[in-house]
Amino acid sequence: MKITLLDYGAGNVASVERALERLGAETKRATSPECISNADALLLPGVGHFEALIRVLDARTLRAPLCEAIHRGVPFLGICLGLQALYEASNEAPELTGLQLLPGRVCALPPVAKLPHMGWNRLVIKSRSLLLENIDAEAYFYFAHSYAAIEQGQETVAVCDYGTEFVAILEKENVCAVQFHPEKSGEAGAEVLRNFLRLCK
Amino acid sequence: MTLARRIIPCLDIDGHRVVKGVNFAELRDAGDPAELAARYNSEGADELVVLDIAASRDRRPTFLETIRRVAAELAIPLTAGGGIRSVEDARAVLRAGADKITLNTAAVARPELISETSLEFGAQAVVLAIDAKRDGDQWMVMVRGGRDSENLNAIAWAKQGVALGAGEILATSMDRDGTKSGFDTALTAAISSAVSVPVIASGGAKVPEHFAEVFTAGRADAALAASIFHDRIQPIRELKEFLSSRGIVVRLPC
Repeated sequence: MKITLLDYGAGNVASVERALERLGAETKRATSPECISNADALLLPGVGHFEALIRVLDARTLRAPLCEAIHRGVPFLGICLGLQALYEASNEAPELTGLQLLPGRVCALPPVAKLPHMGWNRLVIKSRSLLLENIDAEAYFYFAHSYAAIEQGQETVAVCDYGTEFVAILEKENVCAVQFHPEKSGEAGAEVLRNFLRLCK
Repeated sequence: MTLARRIIPCLDIDGHRVVKGVNFAELRDAGDPAELAARYNSEGADELVVLDIAASRDRRPTFLETIRRVAAELAIPLTAGGGIRSVEDARAVLRAGADKITLNTAAVARPELISETSLEFGAQAVVLAIDAKRDGDQWMVMVRGGRDSENLNAIAWAKQGVALGAGEILATSMDRDGTKSGFDTALTAAISSAVSVPVIASGGAKVPEHFAEVFTAGRADAALAASIFHDRIQPIRELKEFLSSRGIVVRLPC
């Protein structure tokens, strides 16, 4: 089983790659629609602006093969922007359409606390999470974002509270996504990735 | 819920090596960057900063190579800077494995560099580093590694930097740097109350009490230090346990 990482020029592709390789996983970078269609498991890393991600997905015609693979049941993990991209749209770039796999819009975090929400925070677990197996409920994860999915759904298994509660982990059939950066979250983050690798088998 | 206050070791890099100095002068060797990075990653550092103190064009490939070697050891965020003058410089540093860049002298000379990099990579990737020196009842911005003074108020510059898109401020007290007499808590408190982004305090740390002060009176979100960590004067875990016992939220166990 090889994990295919969507490489659209985001800064954290290499970090995610290294984190997975440390766990013994094989990785491959995908830049073409064919690579995505043939993937056993997909990972959408992301950091930065919603617009940058969506524009590259569309410019390289990666949107359709990505949605198709997800509908086919290919294991998928979205990280940070990779979580936000699953929704209908984001207020960070209101004119663009997200992948629309989940209802709702991504919104700016309320300015009641310092933004970006940058640093180590804990989660509030809402229901049993496969990605959090064997992880202390008090564990810290590294976040770096100003926008978030604030509306919770059935798929929301953990939230984080920073000015408001927002989706920190979602799990729905073959789709998993996290708002934090597991590749930057020390041991706890490595365990999240290990749990995803287990789901891919 | 509050974010954990971050403890950030800083590696000042000259070519392939970590160096340390007092008040930005008298450099001496302090070890291998990748080895130190691996140690801090396992000892509970929340983030790592690497700064190219030479920051010269011809040494750039060496620094990028150092970033790659350091990034390979880390499962925590990495910030890198020193000599970043353009979006392309920033891109090279981020592609080498850094999560954030610091801008300093070049941003003072051309503030648009902050907005250009912030638009390209996101505010969370852009740290404005301010070297500040007290002058009467205010702090002035120093550039070129603390050698030259700019006629620029540090607090006003921090505000402007955030308005232009900086996602974090790294505030170094030039008066305290290397002195081990404690952080300039008045400086960090002044910046922290003036801006809406996280503030990293730097310069002057020696004992755990200094960190407790900068997180309370200094209102800092993160605290950075170098030699006390390199020389094993202050183990990170012990520091965090001390802070936790004072009711300061830190990432433990780490």
